[in-house]
Amino acid sequence: MNLLKYIFTGFFFGIVLTKCEAVSWYRIYEMFQFQSFHMYGIIGVAVVTGVIGIQVIKRKKMKDIDGLPIEILDKEKGSIRYWIGGLIFGLGWALVGACPGPIFILIGAGFMSVGLILIGALIGTFLYGVLKDKLPH
Amino acid sequence: MEIITHTWHWSVSGFLIGMVMLLLIYFGKTFGMSSNLRSLCAMTGVGRYVPFFNWDWKSQRWNLAVVFGAMVGGFVAVHFLSDSSNVAINPDTITQLSVFGIEAPNGNIAPRSMFGAEAFQSPKMIFILLTGGILIGFGSRYAGGCTSGHAISGLSNLQLPSLKAVIGFFVGGLIMAHFIFPLLF
Repeated sequence: MNLLKYIFTGFFFGIVLTKCEAVSWYRIYEMFQFQSFHMYGIIGVAVVTGVIGIQVIKRKKMKDIDGLPIEILDKEKGSIRYWIGGLIFGLGWALVGACPGPIFILIGAGFMSVGLILIGALIGTFLYGVLKDKLPH
Repeated sequence: MEIITHTWHWSVSGFLIGMVMLLLIYFGKTFGMSSNLRSLCAMTGVGRYVPFFNWDWKSQRWNLAVVFGAMVGGFVAVHFLSDSSNVAINPDTITQLSVFGIEAPNGNIAPRSMFGAEAFQSPKMIFILLTGGILIGFGSRYAGGCTSGHAISGLSNLQLPSLKAVIGFFVGGLIMAHFIFPLLF
């Protein structure tokens, strides 16, 4: 498997997310205070771009890089897991101002204490794995 | 060079993030960063005890490669493509933060008091960072995705579950920012 194209894609992603400051704790705080349109603009344009792109892919029945038909899986149906899981995620997101992508980007950028967020996130992921069958989904 | 070192406009950045997601679809993959946390757990071999981690993380190596690239991208962007005009947040936000003892950005993407080396000397900050991480890790796996997997990938594919998750993200975020955060600082 050729990983180089993924490393380049990630490299580009890391630069874009840093340069638009979506990795910034300040920007996340400002967003949740409704004091700037910046973050809403980023998410909104990304989604509009994605919606158009996916519609084109589906209507033209485009093939992927290996020539296979592109299949985009639907998310599992359900409610509780999305509302409650989403809410728990949001609490953490606003507290430390980083979601999983930016956690890695910030560590790469040299913010060493973000390593603590990563350790926490791994503990949280592990806890979910342990409790999965006991939780309502 | 200024066009690169200044803050990138939201419209350009949003478009580029959307294109990254589409590029990964073209590669036959799905854009979603929090799956890497599951991979990192699975890599330790803990799947022998917890079935959730007994999965083929090697098939997800491509995603770890994306994250590795993103780390290098973050390093390059912060050290070579930034200037002191960055993170020009709303002055009202700065005033509000000063009440909590959090310094103005002055071009830094994150407050040094929370994310610099000093953080390791404050038990309170260590607790906050670990707790935030636990909430992020637990919540993203429970909800089956994070900002990238639900807000970008899921909404782009018009998925109702993703809309529920994203509303959850914002409700949780607003509760934290408006009610809990002021109690902690």
